[in-house]
Amino acid sequence: MSVQASNPAALLGDLALALVSGAVEVVDLTHTLDPDFPVIVLPPEFGQCARFRMEEISAYDHRGPAWKWHNFTCGEHTGTHFDAPSHWVSGRDVPNGSVDEIPAERFIGPVCVIDCSQGAKANEDFELTPEVIAAWEAENGRIPEGSWVLMRTDWSKRRGAAYLNMRDDGAHSPGPTPEAMRLLVDERGIRGFGTETVGTDAGQGAHYTPPYPAHFFLHGAGRYGLQCLNNLDRLPATGAMLIATPLKIRNGTGSPLRVIALVPNQGLPNKDAQ
Amino acid sequence: MTTPIAPPPKKDPQQRTRVQTLPSGARSRAALGLTAAAAEGRFMLQVCAKCGTVQYPPRDACGTCLSVDLPWKDIAPEGRLIAETTVRTSTSTYFRERTPWRVGTVRLEAGPSIICHVHGDVARGGAVRISNRLDKSGQGVLFALPAERTQNMEDDPQLREMTANPKFRRVLITDARSGNALALAQAFAKAEASIIFVGEAEGWRPYPHRDELAAIPGVQLLPLDVTDTSSVAELAAEIGGKTDILVNNARFMRPGGILARGDTVFARDEMEVNYLGLMRLAQAFGPAMLGRGADGQNSAAAWVNILSVYAYSNLPALGAFSASSAAAYSLTQCLRAEMRPGGVRVMNVYAGPTDDDWHQPLPPPKVAPQALAKAVVAGLKDGLEDVFVGDVAQDLIDRWRAGPKILEREMSETDGGAA
Repeated sequence: MSVQASNPAALLGDLALALVSGAVEVVDLTHTLDPDFPVIVLPPEFGQCARFRMEEISAYDHRGPAWKWHNFTCGEHTGTHFDAPSHWVSGRDVPNGSVDEIPAERFIGPVCVIDCSQGAKANEDFELTPEVIAAWEAENGRIPEGSWVLMRTDWSKRRGAAYLNMRDDGAHSPGPTPEAMRLLVDERGIRGFGTETVGTDAGQGAHYTPPYPAHFFLHGAGRYGLQCLNNLDRLPATGAMLIATPLKIRNGTGSPLRVIALVPNQGLPNKDAQ
Repeated sequence: MTTPIAPPPKKDPQQRTRVQTLPSGARSRAALGLTAAAAEGRFMLQVCAKCGTVQYPPRDACGTCLSVDLPWKDIAPEGRLIAETTVRTSTSTYFRERTPWRVGTVRLEAGPSIICHVHGDVARGGAVRISNRLDKSGQGVLFALPAERTQNMEDDPQLREMTANPKFRRVLITDARSGNALALAQAFAKAEASIIFVGEAEGWRPYPHRDELAAIPGVQLLPLDVTDTSSVAELAAEIGGKTDILVNNARFMRPGGILARGDTVFARDEMEVNYLGLMRLAQAFGPAMLGRGADGQNSAAAWVNILSVYAYSNLPALGAFSASSAAAYSLTQCLRAEMRPGGVRVMNVYAGPTDDDWHQPLPPPKVAPQALAKAVVAGLKDGLEDVFVGDVAQDLIDRWRAGPKILEREMSETDGGAA
């Protein structure tokens, strides 16, 4: 379908009808904000990401008879969350680098899903390399400019200690190599990169040069990160639309958010999986 | 010897839980000196500064020379039982429910003759050692113990009323991840606690001593994070009714005072764990414990807070942490007042630097986890309210009592190992 040829109003009307009919499905890529959901763990002398916490203000009781509400606290990088360029030192001087400054149209875009689930199953330190990307492109075509790229590992199915997979030498979870990030950012011009793990980088990402290459290259180039994503196994390799709108926090470096995808309904498997 | 207590039977769900009644708690201001001494397990009486007469009972003027200068002093506890009787009934509801109850008169080697509770193993006319105990009202009372240890003497029913002995009781240690959790659980296992629940925060993050902790007989690891209200409420809903002794060892500390830190992030964590964590636990577990103070051999007995002695006087090198400890300390005074009607003892165990990662650059003496655990169990067996573990804590409280303002100035010269 050619976008140029379409009347935008008709296009949106068609989309609305498709959403109502179920021809376009909305897939929730978000984990529940739960006090016990893992956050990234840094050496204890550094500041730490706050866990999600919730305190009841009232619950139809003496503290407020007809209403229930809570105060909650968390970090910008708690739960399923968005990383803005200003999150990383490489992106500190990027224009529009904080969540409140990013133009809203940047949050919505086409999404390519690179399935690394088999590799991650065999190797917890599985690397997304330029070769893996080349193989994906051979099958699905070149990654279009302005795409979100998500690395599917099925890591979101892990629970408890298996999620961070911390050992004496740090966390072990899959992630991209510096070369892969350079390819995606510089040559493919992606909008952002997302993972199912606690960060956009591998558990052992500190040991690359530069350390944490996903953070370094994405944010240095003004691109975005998404992490702790869920349900990536319900997305097609191409053809879906990702919507990731962080809270509008003044000078915010990121934000927990609800990430959803619009997916053409082709009777995908695992429809009921959470 | 004392007949050993038997493991308590499972609770009869058709019986109403016995309501805590209390012995008379009214005291003159002078008599509260005995309570203050009992809180630390010290046997003290007033000794006239002018004529040296040891006073009993506590009073406002010397019985010999009328001097009003009557400082409290530690007194040699030796004496002899010169008269005794066993009370079979009483107008006091508390004692009525607990008769027979043995009382007597002891002639102290230090001078006066005193009226006291008498342990079952003391022979008529026998040598005794006077112990100053807190009763269920939290007031100091004198208790005559046999001069020499006797078999199972801790199981004496009158003595057990004055203590929070962990034997056959169910203990909750709130933080499995703490470096002292292992030593605490081992000490409670040795003290014959029947179940040792240990709260475990963030099970998604490993910690070194987990396997060893889980292997201790009686230990049950359960999810608990004192910073998470829902987690505290859930655990209290599950085991609040069988938590007889709660030991709050959860603690967050980072070195530094105000200026070097430059933000309130760690300070907030310190308040979340050290102050609000205590409040969350108290709100969740307190009511159930308050209602079970007289619930048989495994009644709710004690609430233990492990606190920094810098609650008393700020150590600027650990300035923000000290402030959170002071907040927690103040809250324990409130908790003690609120738990008292249920006969549940609130015991604070104060330590100076402890032997852990956050005090690693500091030279000895540091309180080892085993020493801390030993002090906790010993304090419960003695029914104390205040325990100062190790030389640093003991020295600090002595100096605080001598002059808090002088101590404040001295503390600013003290290295807290923050370097």
